[in-house]
Amino acid sequence: MDEPLNLVLFSGTDDKLQAAAVLTAGAAALGRPVNIFLQYWALDSFRADRIDRDHGLAPEAGAAGREAVDAMTRAGQASWATTLRQAKELGSVDIQACSLSMDLLRIEQEDLDPLVDGVEGVTAFYLNAGEGRIVFI
Amino acid sequence: MSVLDIKEHVDARGLSCPLPIVRTAQAVKGLASGDLVEVLATDPGSLKDFAAWSKSTGNEIVEQGEDGGVYRFVLRRK
Repeated sequence: MDEPLNLVLFSGTDDKLQAAAVLTAGAAALGRPVNIFLQYWALDSFRADRIDRDHGLAPEAGAAGREAVDAMTRAGQASWATTLRQAKELGSVDIQACSLSMDLLRIEQEDLDPLVDGVEGVTAFYLNAGEGRIVFI
Repeated sequence: MSVLDIKEHVDARGLSCPLPIVRTAQAVKGLASGDLVEVLATDPGSLKDFAAWSKSTGNEIVEQGEDGGVYRFVLRRK
């Protein structure tokens, strides 16, 4: 299980980020390295001053989906940011911001939550991804 | 009653996937090789998840069972 899991996070809604955090924590528990590349609206959700805010849900969630997610939160489900922090404590999880998206959104690295390890371009991401699969969320 | 010498207990009841595995992996990191950890979980994916985790990491499932929706595992650190 040495091939890394490589996640490209594009969407910034809480449900998609939660799904990504669950995949990451599961891989970390198995001892599998994880590379995460943050683009567009996912990157925006990692701003230090916004990470703990409500980022909404994907359009298909609807009112019933909103209710189901709220019930999970009330039941004590950890936020995606908390789950990612736990995954980082547990295993090798590297989170990089896409440099193009940084320009697009006018974000500086100091604007980002400490969960983000650095900024890189797509070539560096591919290099680190090696032969591992790439999942786009 | 179990007479196993259990070093660590993980109560993951009420926690959803992947927290039972995450908590267990964290607990196992602090143990010596051969030590036992007992886990209680209610997540319905637990049976398959712990089997997969054991197979992948080499930490052995010594005992497992289910009682009233609560899964119990005893695992031995590799």
